[in-house]
Amino acid sequence: MTAPLSFRSLSSLIAVVAVLAACSSQPPAPEQLPSGVENRDPNAVTTGRVGNGDGIDPLSMAALKDPRSPLSKREVFFDYDSFVVRDEYRPLITAHAKFLAANPKVKMLIQGNADDRGSREYNLALGQKRAEALKKALLLLGGREEQVESVSLGEEKPRCEEQSESCWAQNRRDDILYTGEF
Amino acid sequence: MKSIKSLIAAPLAALLLGVSAGAGAQLSIEITGAGANRIPLAVPAFDGERIVSTALVSVVRADLERSGFFRMVDPGQNPLAEAAAVPYGDWRAKGADALVSGSVVSLGDGRYDTRFRLHDVPKQALLTTGGFAHSSAPYQLRATAHRIADTIYEKLTGERGVFSTRIAYVVKSTGRYELQIADADGANPQTALASREPIISPTWSPDGSKLAYVSFESKKPVVYVHDLATGRRHVAANFKGSNSAPAWAPDGKRLAVVLTKDGGSQLYTLNVDGSGLQRLGSSGGIDTEPQFSPDGQWIYFTSDRGSSPQIYRTSASGGDTQRVTFNGPYNVTPRLSPDGKSMAYISRDGGRFQVTLMDLATKQTQILTDSARDESPSFAPNGRMILYATEMGGRGVLAAVSSDGRVKQRLSVQAADIREPSWGPFIK
Repeated sequence: MTAPLSFRSLSSLIAVVAVLAACSSQPPAPEQLPSGVENRDPNAVTTGRVGNGDGIDPLSMAALKDPRSPLSKREVFFDYDSFVVRDEYRPLITAHAKFLAANPKVKMLIQGNADDRGSREYNLALGQKRAEALKKALLLLGGREEQVESVSLGEEKPRCEEQSESCWAQNRRDDILYTGEF
Repeated sequence: MKSIKSLIAAPLAALLLGVSAGAGAQLSIEITGAGANRIPLAVPAFDGERIVSTALVSVVRADLERSGFFRMVDPGQNPLAEAAAVPYGDWRAKGADALVSGSVVSLGDGRYDTRFRLHDVPKQALLTTGGFAHSSAPYQLRATAHRIADTIYEKLTGERGVFSTRIAYVVKSTGRYELQIADADGANPQTALASREPIISPTWSPDGSKLAYVSFESKKPVVYVHDLATGRRHVAANFKGSNSAPAWAPDGKRLAVVLTKDGGSQLYTLNVDGSGLQRLGSSGGIDTEPQFSPDGQWIYFTSDRGSSPQIYRTSASGGDTQRVTFNGPYNVTPRLSPDGKSMAYISRDGGRFQVTLMDLATKQTQILTDSARDESPSFAPNGRMILYATEMGGRGVLAAVSSDGRVKQRLSVQAADIREPSWGPFIK
C-alpha cells in the first residue's frame, strides 16, 4: 500500500529532559555506583540524583540518548521468514539487559513489526513473534519480566512502503522504547 | 428551490447521536462486472411531487443497477402512477420483463406516502405492491428508496435485499485514520473514530448497534467496543502484550479475541464488557483471526501450527479442532457465509493474495478475483456479495464480488486509502 509516509511521534520526555539539558556540557557521567556504596575515590564526581519522584535516575536515562552508548541503538532487524535474533545483536542486547537490571524501575516497550504482504492480523502475530524473541533474549541476560512488554504493530507503521526487498527488510524489525517514550 | 443534487447530497441529520458527521469524502461505487442473466427492469418516474419523486426513483434505480442483477431498460420520460393501467405490450416491446409503477402522495405537513407496484410484464400480472410513509428529509427519502429497492430485489431474485444495510471501513489519509460508517451505496459517511494512529479489524455486533475494533492509539493494539448511538466506547481487552482480532459470538454477548499475554498469539473469549476471560485451546505457534460460525457451534481461525498458515476450526465449547484448508501454502482470514454453508478466505497463490470461496460440504474452492493484494473479506448479510479490500493503481480501495464471481464493484475515496471493510447486519 503506498499511502503517504506517516511519521512516528515520540511523546516528550518528562521534566528529566530539562535537567539533562542543564548537564549536557559536562563530561560523560562515570559509571554509576549502586546506591548505598560509599565512593572512596577522592577524584570521583559525586553525582546528585535529581529525579522527578518516579525513582528513575535521570543520568541513567541520559545514556539512552547518547549516540556513543549502545543504549541509543534501539533497532533489531530480522531475516526473511525468521524470528531468530541474529548473533550480531548480542552486544546490543547485553547492554540493554544490563541497563534494565541496574534500573529496576525503568520499563521497556518492544514494538515488533512485519512487512505488509498478507493478512493484517497474521502480520500482527508475526511482528509479535519478533518482539517476543527479543524480550526473551533480554530476560535471559538480566532484564525482568515486569519491566518488559512486547507488543506488535504488525504492518501498520512501516518505515517505508515500496514493494521491494530492501523496504521489506527495513520493516522486519523490533523497536525498543523506554519509559517516557511510550 | 433546492436542486435535486443538493437534496440528495445534503449532510444527513444526526441519525446516530454522538457520531460526528463525516468530513469523510464521499465513497463512490462503480460496477465493473455484471451478473449472468440480468433481469431487464424498467423503473419509470413516479407520479407526484417532482422533486421528491425524482430523488426517490434515482436511488431505487441506482440500487438495483448496482446489484448487477438487473439491466435497466429505458423508462422513457413519463411518470407511471402506481394505480395506472399498464400498457404491458408497450413495455414488452421495450424489452422489459419487470416494471415498477409508483406514486408519491403528499399527506400535508411535509409528510408523504409513497406507494408502488411491481409488474411481471410478459405475464401481465401484478407481482407485489407496497407503500411507505416518510418525510422529505434526505435521509428519509434515501431510506424509503432503499426499502422499495429491497422489496423489488427480493420479489425478483428470491433473496433478501441489502440496500438498507451499512458498511464500516477505515480511511487512511496523511497522518490520519478514520473509522467510518456509510450506507451500503456509499452515501452518508459518518466518522465513528478519528485517530493519528492506526485502526484495524472493525466488526459489527450482530444487532448492528456496536463496532468492535483494534486501535493503536496507546502505541500497542487494544480492543475497543464502541456504541454507535451514543459514541461511547470501552476497552474490551488491554492485557499485557497485543490484543486484537475481535469477533462477535452470534448472540452478541461474547467476543473471541487474540491475546499475547501468555506468550504467543492465542485465542480467548470474553464478555463484551471485558470480564470472564477464557482461553480457547492452545498451540505452540500463532492462532489468530477467530470467526464464529453463524450457528455459534464452531470458531474458525488461522493457525501456523502445521508450519504454514492455514484455516482450522475448533468447537466453541472447547475440544475438537479440525483443519479446514489443505490446498496451497497460505490460507488465512476465514469468513463464514450467513447460511453457514460456505467460507470466504484469502489464499496466496504464486505471490497473489486473492479472495477464495470454499463450499464447506464439498470442499470445492473457487478464486473469485483476479487482483493480487486482497484482504479482509466480509459477507453481505444476504450472503450474495463479498466486500473486501484490495489495491488498485497504488491505492487502497474496497471491492465487492458476488459469490459466483460475476458481479463486481469498486468502492473508492478520493485522495485516501480505504481498507478493513465490514458489512453490517440487516436492520431489525
